Amino acid sequence: MPAVKETVEQVKAIDVDQYKYGFETQLEVDKAPKGLNEDIVRLISAKKKEPAWMLEWRLDAYRRWLTMREPTWARVEYPEIDFQDIHYYAAPKMNAAPKTIDDVDPAILDTYKKLGIPLREQEILAGVQQSKVAVDAVFDSVSVATTFKEELKKAGVIFCSISEALHEYPELVKKYIGTVVPVTDNYYATLNSAVFTDGSFVYVPKGVRCPMELSTYFRINEKNTGQFERTLIIVEEGAYVSYLEGCTAPQRDENQLHAAVVELIALDDAEIKYSTVQNWYPGDKDGKGGIYNFVTKRGDCRGKNSKISWTQVETGSAITWKYPSCILRGEGSRGEFYSIAVSNGRQQVDSGTKMIHLGKNTTSRIISKGISAGHSQNTYRGLVSAHRRATGARNFTNCDSLLIGNNCGAHTVPYIESKNGSSIFEHEATTSKISEDQLFYCMQRGLSAEEATALIVNGFVKDVLQQLPMEFAVEAQKLISISLEGSVG
Amino acid sequence: MLEIRNLHVSIEDKKILNGLNLTVHDGEVAAIMGPNGSGKSTLSYVIAGKPDYDIHDGEILLDGENVLEMDPDARAAAGIFLAFQYPLEIPGVATMTFLKAAMQAQRKARGEEELSTAEFMKRVRDQAGHLGIPQDMLKRGLNVGFSGGEKKRMEILQMALLEPKFCILDETDSGLDIDALKVVSEGVNRLRAKDRSFLVITHYQRLLNYIVPDTVHVMAHGQVVKSGGKELALELEANGYADYKTLAA
Repeated sequence: MPAVKETVEQVKAIDVDQYKYGFETQLEVDKAPKGLNEDIVRLISAKKKEPAWMLEWRLDAYRRWLTMREPTWARVEYPEIDFQDIHYYAAPKMNAAPKTIDDVDPAILDTYKKLGIPLREQEILAGVQQSKVAVDAVFDSVSVATTFKEELKKAGVIFCSISEALHEYPELVKKYIGTVVPVTDNYYATLNSAVFTDGSFVYVPKGVRCPMELSTYFRINEKNTGQFERTLIIVEEGAYVSYLEGCTAPQRDENQLHAAVVELIALDDAEIKYSTVQNWYPGDKDGKGGIYNFVTKRGDCRGKNSKISWTQVETGSAITWKYPSCILRGEGSRGEFYSIAVSNGRQQVDSGTKMIHLGKNTTSRIISKGISAGHSQNTYRGLVSAHRRATGARNFTNCDSLLIGNNCGAHTVPYIESKNGSSIFEHEATTSKISEDQLFYCMQRGLSAEEATALIVNGFVKDVLQQLPMEFAVEAQKLISISLEGSVG
Repeated sequence: MLEIRNLHVSIEDKKILNGLNLTVHDGEVAAIMGPNGSGKSTLSYVIAGKPDYDIHDGEILLDGENVLEMDPDARAAAGIFLAFQYPLEIPGVATMTFLKAAMQAQRKARGEEELSTAEFMKRVRDQAGHLGIPQDMLKRGLNVGFSGGEKKRMEILQMALLEPKFCILDETDSGLDIDALKVVSEGVNRLRAKDRSFLVITHYQRLLNYIVPDTVHVMAHGQVVKSGGKELALELEANGYADYKTLAA
């Protein structure tokens, strides 16, 4: 990919401060007091004017959470989190829920503009982007705008915030929420179930191919605030959607918690393509500050021949704990996981996937590329399992790690379990280092050390970048180069 | 013109070059011959700026400018090109992409206009045609899965595109059969020009039948111990290096 020149210029422009989304927006904020108890859960539910069943669901989750413990099996280290020292709800003050984009606080529109996400439809249309992308913008605890809603509605596609869905389509939410990631799934998912504040909701009816890319852009702005979003995507028989999420946060000295839950449901012959470009603030070079990204993402290939594909480019967060997974329930269903995880400075990444083969003739494919630089630790952790009845299941896994420098670590922890004799699982793994000789060779041809590193890294991640929607592949490539700024020399 | 004066170099406390002197004039093809371990490859790496070496004394001047102060990429932009004995593989980076990145980086460093894609493609096609490099090879990862002969041809292709002033060929003949040797030599001969000079490092006289040098220098123990015309190479071929191994010791 010939974006090398651009990436390098971008890197230079950023100078010492590598993280360009670290600014903060000054706003009047409606915030819940710090701490977590049943009253806070009730307050969140009341703020959202939720139906009673939702509150009960949340309270149930909260009570179960009190009995649970934080998982400790991941290869990450951090001081104990004080869950009473977090605000669980923060929303920009607005007179009423914004009905049109003109009702949204200009400071927020400006924030998204600075992040390169225009929210005014006419601006998007006037822009150079070749294809339209509908955006749901989530700011701290609330969705502030969703674009192209009307146009999508004409195609029968529902795209809105989950809060709105709870009012407009409660039966759909009730039918599917918690069916892929149960309330008791794990510590952070249970916490999310109790206190989730907003997120996106997508419903694509039978036979509809969603006419544009959908995306959600998450922004944490407030101090000492956790972001707990919940995304639910339901794709009916023979339908298709491609969805992308992006995320950034201001640069702060304290750590902030982001514990999201994403549930995907694909019915017969449906296909969901879910891409993430994760760029939360990673902390400074000494490991101060940064987001704890503890996320549960799971897709359920519920129908026959359905397909769910996860693509992730992970460059941000102080700690990433994230395993987007597929339950391959429907006969002939297919799961895919393509991942690029870049770590630099003191970042810790423990990420991977689970492919649970339950149905006959299900297939899955895992391509993971980990790049570690600085003093970071980067772990791939994955599970491929086949149930007794999942005859003819097939998996192919390829995990490659690239090390830059001598102080970082790469770890690969694959779990493979097959309970029937007809499954075929393949696993390949490599670990390599950008050699001094490769760098010298490139520099002898005129490339600077940074250009050379960017080029070698681009080559390493090419297979995965190709899986991203075109509009985002270039962006992701730039992001990777920026994240590795200062890792050589 | 390249001038090397009193160059002393070691690697990991082992002294390799001991006060080497050498001058290569514009338009000249100079051959460096010598036994294994005489410091030939070290000399090529030090000129190109490989970081592993300790330079204790001396200077390397390219048109009067000391290149020892420059990073390898700056030396490349100044016109120094090294055709590697063992070219490196860069997986996932299409050869075409690499060529373009290198050309544009050098042009930029010299303050020149970027080359248009059309012009770039034309130049690559022309030069690749001369060297018998098929188009599909240019789409593959650089040097990945290439044979020894293909890698060497790719080095010459890069040399032709980058149009350097001073070209070093480090044992370019090693591992080449006679047909590949001819193609590569013709590629080099085509680039001979009055403002471009070559340092051809080789172990065997055979290469010099195809790339005929103006001068031949014999290296032993990190020094140039004898210089002469092209007939010196034939003399070496007949008598071997035995005399020189003892000469400087």
